[in-house]
Amino acid sequence: MSDYVLETRDLVKHFPLSQGIVFKKQVGAVRAVDGINLQLRRGETLGIVGESGCGKSTLARMLVGLETPTSGDLFVQGKNMAKMGGAERRRGRRNIQLVMQDPYTSLNPRMTVGDIVGEPFEVHTDVLPRDKRRARVQELLALVGLNPDHINRYPHQFSGGQRQRIGIARALALNPEIILCDEPVSALDVSIQAQVINLLEKLQDELGLSYIFIAHDLSVVRHIADRVAVMYLGKVVEIGTEDEIYENPTHPYTQALLSAVPVPDPRLRGLRDQIVLTGDVPSPANPPSGCRFRTRCWKAQDICAEKEPVLEPQAKSPHPSACHFAEVRDVVHAAE
Amino acid sequence: MSDLTSAGTAIGGAPVGGDGPAPETPETGGKDHNASLWADARRQLVRDPVFMLSFLYVLVVGSMAAFPSLWTSQDPRACSTDRSRIPPSGDHPFGFDILGCDYYSHAIYGARPSMIIAIMATGAMVLIGGGLGLLAGYYGGWVDTIISRVMDIFLSLPFLLGAIVFLTVIKRQNPYTIAMVLFLLTWPVIARIIRGSVISGKDLDYVQAARAVGAGNGRLMFRHILPNAIAPMLVYATIVLGAFVAAEATLTFLGVGLQPPAQSWGIMISVHQVYFLEDPWLLLFPCGLLVGTVLSFILMGDALRDALDPKFR
Amino acid sequence: MSTDVNVKMDAIPGLDPNAMPLQVKDLHVEFRTRNGIAHAVNGVSFDLQPGETRAILGESGCGKSVTAQAIMGILDTPPGFVTGGEILYRGVDLLKLPEAQRRKVRANKIAMIFQDALSALNPVFTVGFQLGELFRKHRGMSRKDAKARSIELLDLVKIPAARQRVNEYPHQFSGGMRQRVMIAMALALDPEVLIADEPTTALDVTVQAQIMALLAELQRERNMSLVLITHDMGVVADVADRISVMYAGRVIEEAPVNDIYASPAHPYTKGLLESIPRLDLKGQELSAIKGLPPVLTNIPRGCAFNPRCRYAQDVCRHDPPVPLYQVSSARTAACHFWKEVKGDE
Repeated sequence: MSDYVLETRDLVKHFPLSQGIVFKKQVGAVRAVDGINLQLRRGETLGIVGESGCGKSTLARMLVGLETPTSGDLFVQGKNMAKMGGAERRRGRRNIQLVMQDPYTSLNPRMTVGDIVGEPFEVHTDVLPRDKRRARVQELLALVGLNPDHINRYPHQFSGGQRQRIGIARALALNPEIILCDEPVSALDVSIQAQVINLLEKLQDELGLSYIFIAHDLSVVRHIADRVAVMYLGKVVEIGTEDEIYENPTHPYTQALLSAVPVPDPRLRGLRDQIVLTGDVPSPANPPSGCRFRTRCWKAQDICAEKEPVLEPQAKSPHPSACHFAEVRDVVHAAE
Repeated sequence: MSDLTSAGTAIGGAPVGGDGPAPETPETGGKDHNASLWADARRQLVRDPVFMLSFLYVLVVGSMAAFPSLWTSQDPRACSTDRSRIPPSGDHPFGFDILGCDYYSHAIYGARPSMIIAIMATGAMVLIGGGLGLLAGYYGGWVDTIISRVMDIFLSLPFLLGAIVFLTVIKRQNPYTIAMVLFLLTWPVIARIIRGSVISGKDLDYVQAARAVGAGNGRLMFRHILPNAIAPMLVYATIVLGAFVAAEATLTFLGVGLQPPAQSWGIMISVHQVYFLEDPWLLLFPCGLLVGTVLSFILMGDALRDALDPKFR
Repeated sequence: MSTDVNVKMDAIPGLDPNAMPLQVKDLHVEFRTRNGIAHAVNGVSFDLQPGETRAILGESGCGKSVTAQAIMGILDTPPGFVTGGEILYRGVDLLKLPEAQRRKVRANKIAMIFQDALSALNPVFTVGFQLGELFRKHRGMSRKDAKARSIELLDLVKIPAARQRVNEYPHQFSGGMRQRVMIAMALALDPEVLIADEPTTALDVTVQAQIMALLAELQRERNMSLVLITHDMGVVADVADRISVMYAGRVIEEAPVNDIYASPAHPYTKGLLESIPRLDLKGQELSAIKGLPPVLTNIPRGCAFNPRCRYAQDVCRHDPPVPLYQVSSARTAACHFWKEVKGDE
């Protein structure tokens, strides 16, 4: 276990659905996250991809302690956060910090940059004596490429990319081992995205951070991640190294997802092996039996409705893939 | 869509620095915007003639209430019936009332009860109503259920009827009881405003971010959520101040508010209503002061709302 | 589909059925704000052939959406004002037409879909009512006929169980389905030009693929012209015929799609293409465009891109690259050094 800075075991989050105003009774549950096993190694970047409703945001909220798991274990540096009480958990939380998606809403507009980046010290007062905090905040600002003299400015005086840097500085304040990036660049313009991704990679090299990088932009994840997990309806359906997932995807959903990404090269138009899925994602309150992807899958057989496939290496898939018929299909290079 | 909004923000907030990896010195476009929402709002209000005029008027009325002797050296209680209803003149700009008392000094001294009632009722409303709204919105669940049901009960009491019944029953009609009645019948309004903005505020990204850092309930409420709920409350409180001044006059006019020999604008109106046709100035002076005060508070509230709403700049 | 009563367009003088369905010439739009005049669009020109897809590519604040709003006549006025230029539909300048006729052209011939389908649909009416209203208002159909046409349209945009769903409210549809409803509304009156403003930005990639495929199919069937406004270089590569790249309210490069991706002739276009993460550069730093887009109240002198440009010389700081340089017979670029940019691969 010591190899991993973070590990989840059968992590589950169900949101109860209740009816009635006075006498509430539970009529079901939204199975937002339904049994996730992930491991994160020191210094590694684990990408998590999936479409809206797949549970990646709920997973992220559980990892940083914004949501309590319904069941399962969450180990951060070997300590089980899911079984800890208040004060101890607050302490443990220091090791895993969050960078949010929208730099326009994730910074309190009424606080100065110094107050925002310094807030973690106010909450965890034992980390740094009061008189050293300001200098540390300025150090952090310099680290993320901002002018330390701007410490008294307000968020609205910065551009989107700069605000995201402020958010990153706040996440770094408590010297965490792990940073969870929840769609950190998807709200930014293309030309600014590259700047922020470069910064994240530089910080990882300099500080030895481990990243969990959640995104829907598959090319960004491919650029930054060492390993990638693909989620669908609350479950991981395929996990492997960046090469395995992008070059040799074996799960039909991964293949459809990858093939749907438009390629910025007009010469490949019409030549790519594009799989257009039909229908919508089923409701997580009432997921299909057996394999959850079977309702939209072109390979589905009777067995898919009866038996839930396990996330493990399959006959034709050397890396774990939760499909009875897992098989490599080269979707990215099909045209070349 | 994205274009317009971002054009808007780019115009609104002066850009600073570059986005390059190296820290750059700020190339501020024009003046340095090292300012918060409140500072921006203050700057805008100072330049708003409607707000400044209303503010000045309220200051005048406020100083009448606080220091009546600044405005008149006459004693409003030195009356003599042979001067009854003498029209305005140089020495006595408002003339004399029915009992032959100086009407101008009566008007000056009459500001105090109105203002005291309005300020006390509004203060209680903001503190208690706002506090309950904050608790209901932040904690939700059964706390919210209980507070909300109590609010519903109070809101269902008809204002005028409720006030008349209350004041008739308790029989002691002084500024404190009137303020209490006004507070009791109106606090749910402000509690609802706060509850609403707290509920929408507690799911904001930056509140979640603070929570992820490990911030506790107190910090989340007072540092992150409440500051954003204060603006709508302040706007409403300003308007309510005016409404309470009017309410005091109304209740007095109806005979359940202050009673003579107390002095208030409501009493002036109520006592002299029958003389309107012969001596209209007896009614016009107190009514003018009253309407001016109420209007000033409302206009101030409007200006405040525009100034505190970033969308209007 | 074309069983409609034909709308009387002959009342408009100068209408030339052989002219291009849409032509924008030297369009200027400014926003008059308390902090000064924001020059949102500064001389945008482009044209559109029947059946053609024109992509307008740019980042937020470049003026691409404002251009679309000016064409549709839905600019917020004030603070936004069209201060110059022409918007020609089949040779007729919409900006000079009387209000009633202009509205008629826009309602019947030019349609628009937006990024956020949920806020573009009225939440208190059923989808069927909103679709039917178009037919009742513009085609004078009866309630029953209008409803039948609404169902036909929902079928056309491949909404399953259209007969039932026509009675549902917008919030009962998923994001992708809502975008389909909006496309149905846009196509209701058989427009010749469809303007799509970031139609798939809010959607997941697999849904985006569905919607783009649907748009392409409908466009082919009806020989409709499409203006696709987006920031996504991938989507553009997939569907566009010609591209106009915008920066600070100007078109800085205009070319057929293959040329732009093969050899960009403007440093901004080049920078955008280079900042996309690529396979062969894994593990390396992404090449980013330094600095920030200009503030529209204070656009730099000379070439607006010069502070961020690695090719910039003195001439770029003084002389704007106007008129555009003709790169080849079919493409133009607003750069004094387009030869260096294009050649330097």
